[in-house]
Order: sequence, then C-alpha cells, then structure tokens
Amino acid sequence: MAKKRANTLFNMASTMFIVTAVAAVALAGAYNLTKDPIELVKQKKIEDAIGNVLPEFDKIERISVLPYDGGTDSLILYKAYKNDEHVGTAVESFTNNGFSGQFKIMIGFLPDYSIHNTAVLEHKETPGLGDKMDASKSDFPEQFKGKNPESFALTVKKDGGQVDAITAATISSRGFCDAVDRAYKTLISIKE
Amino acid sequence: MNQFKNFTKGFVKENPVLVLLLGLCPTLGVTTSAMNGLGMGLATTFVLVMSNLFISAFKNVIPSLVRIPIFIVIIASFVTIVDLVMNAYVQALHAQLGLFIPLIVVNCIVLGRAEAFASKNSILSSLVDGLGMGLGFALALTVLGTIREILGSGAIFGFKFLPEGTDGMLVFILAPGAFLGLGYLIAIMNATKKS
Repeated sequence: MAKKRANTLFNMASTMFIVTAVAAVALAGAYNLTKDPIELVKQKKIEDAIGNVLPEFDKIERISVLPYDGGTDSLILYKAYKNDEHVGTAVESFTNNGFSGQFKIMIGFLPDYSIHNTAVLEHKETPGLGDKMDASKSDFPEQFKGKNPESFALTVKKDGGQVDAITAATISSRGFCDAVDRAYKTLISIKE
Repeated sequence: MNQFKNFTKGFVKENPVLVLLLGLCPTLGVTTSAMNGLGMGLATTFVLVMSNLFISAFKNVIPSLVRIPIFIVIIASFVTIVDLVMNAYVQALHAQLGLFIPLIVVNCIVLGRAEAFASKNSILSSLVDGLGMGLGFALALTVLGTIREILGSGAIFGFKFLPEGTDGMLVFILAPGAFLGLGYLIAIMNATKKS
C-alpha cells in the first residue's frame, strides 16, 4: 500500500480545495442537466391539474393576484376561454395549515363562482390519512363539486361548516377547506 | 477477501438496519409503503456505491486529519445529484420521500462504510461492499415497508387487496407501527441467527 500523504497544512488545504472545486463543478453540471426536466414535470403537473378542474377550453390567460387577506404569497389564476367565451378560472391555492406544513391545490371555478373540481398539486400529508384528500385515494374532494361557496360553508362539520372531514385527518381536511376558501375569496376580491 | 462473501454480508450477517442498527431515521420515516422503502433503499445504494468507489480510489491522497470533511463533501455531492435526478425523472416518488433524500448525507451507513471499509480496502472490494450494504439496506426497508403497507393500508406495492370501503390497521401507517414492525424484524433476525 502506498504511503499516505503527510498532514501538512499545504497538503490538507490543497486536497480540500481540489475536492470541493470538483464537487462544485459536478453539481453545477447535474443542476444544468436536470433543470429543464424538473421544470417540465412541474409545468405538466400544473397543466394536467388545470385540465382536470375546468371544463373544456382552448385558451388560457395566466394572472398573478395577491391573496384577499393581505398575504404576500400571490396566487396564480388561470382564466380559461373557449371560442373567446369565459368558461372558468383555475386558482392555484395553498394552505399553511396542513398536518405537515404547506400544501398546494388547484381549484376550478365556473363563471358563476361555483366549484367545478379540485386537484391536489403537492402535499406532505400522512400517507393513508391526510393523503386521502387526493381524488385518486378517496371521494373526499367529490363533495366540493358543484358547490357555490356563497351558500356552502367551507369549514368542516366539527367547526360548524358543511364539509365532511376525512376520518382521522381533520387537520388535513381543515387545511384543504382553508385553501379552497382562500382561492374563492381571492377570486371574488378581483371581481369587476 | 472473498468477494462473494463481501457482497452477501450486507444482506443478513451485517445487515445495516437489522444487525448494525444504523440508518434508523429513514428506516422508520419512509417505510409507510413498500415502494417508498425500495426507492429510498436504491437511492442510498447509489450514494453508497459511488462514495465508496471514490473514497477508496483517493484514499492515499487524502491527508488523514481532514478525511471526514472530504468524505462528507463527496457523499453530499452524490446525494445532491440523486436528489436532482429523482426530482426530474421520478417526481411522484421524490415528492413522497421528500426530506429524507437530502438526509442520506447524514445516514450513518454511508459515512460508516467510508470510514470503516472504503478508506482501508481496494476499489473493487469497496464497490462490492457498497453494493451489498446498500442492497441489504434496501431489502430491510422494502420488507418493513411491505409489512406496514399490508397491515396498514391492505395493499402490496400500491395494489389494494382489501375490498372497497375497508381500511387496514391505522397504527401501522403511523410512527408506532414503524417501531413495532422494526422490533419484530430484529427479533426474528436475532432468533434465526442464534439457531
């Protein structure tokens, strides 16, 4: 076995410098290679969600709006048109009251402000409990379909509202309601 | 050293999770389903193989006093690469594993193998060691994930076998189930080793 390099200051400093420099170059390369695919995946997810929560459309207009309650994280609204007629608005909304922090959902509103459909964009809720808010896992999101928040109280029954919470995942359900509520109120606040 | 023995020691004799009891944080955290366990195991295997390979290749030029920071830089670089690649190509799994992917950096198994094995052995031995240990870790995580998924959600690799409207035992999805499952696995492991 070759002799190990001595622990002189120069040896130590130069080795660490070379190792970190090579690592930095390698990471920059990896970042550049994966940047576009990551962006694409995110974009596709949002497009799929918009397609899911709105009726058929052929043109979309993207606007960014500050939430109604004066928060600083703006919501993104996608106004959909078919043959230049307004057919609905998809709102990319979020809540900070999830069981494991923030989660994002997309809510589609028809021109009369009733909810057409919802889709979960990203979440960290407990698998098997909170993740049931995803339409593929349970029919929890079904109850929002066709409801107009004007006449449908967007809080869980435990809190005096009209939403059936997911069993054993009341906090996730509250978060979901909060996100829908934020989307609705923000949409109403920019009504002409 | 016999390379075959070197490879298989990670599965049973020196299984990182069930015998050495290393890397328990991701073990308990991500094994809510078999797929999560397998994904986490394979990501760790990649990092382990690559870091073992590089560390044993450069073991003679790394001054011994600064070896730990250098090992960590090498490990962290590969973890970041895995994180980016998983985010780009297996988005769903990446979203599920979330924080646990960057946390591979501080997984004791990776630094442990670097210090205890790769910095003393040849490149080939280190490569085989990393692969064996990594797959042993993946195996333990997948088994624990499968058990928790069967009992907790009534499914295997995402395919539900319980009829609609019935649920599994909730406790196995939550944290206590991870401890219970791991405890029984270690007990079984110890019992088979004794006999």
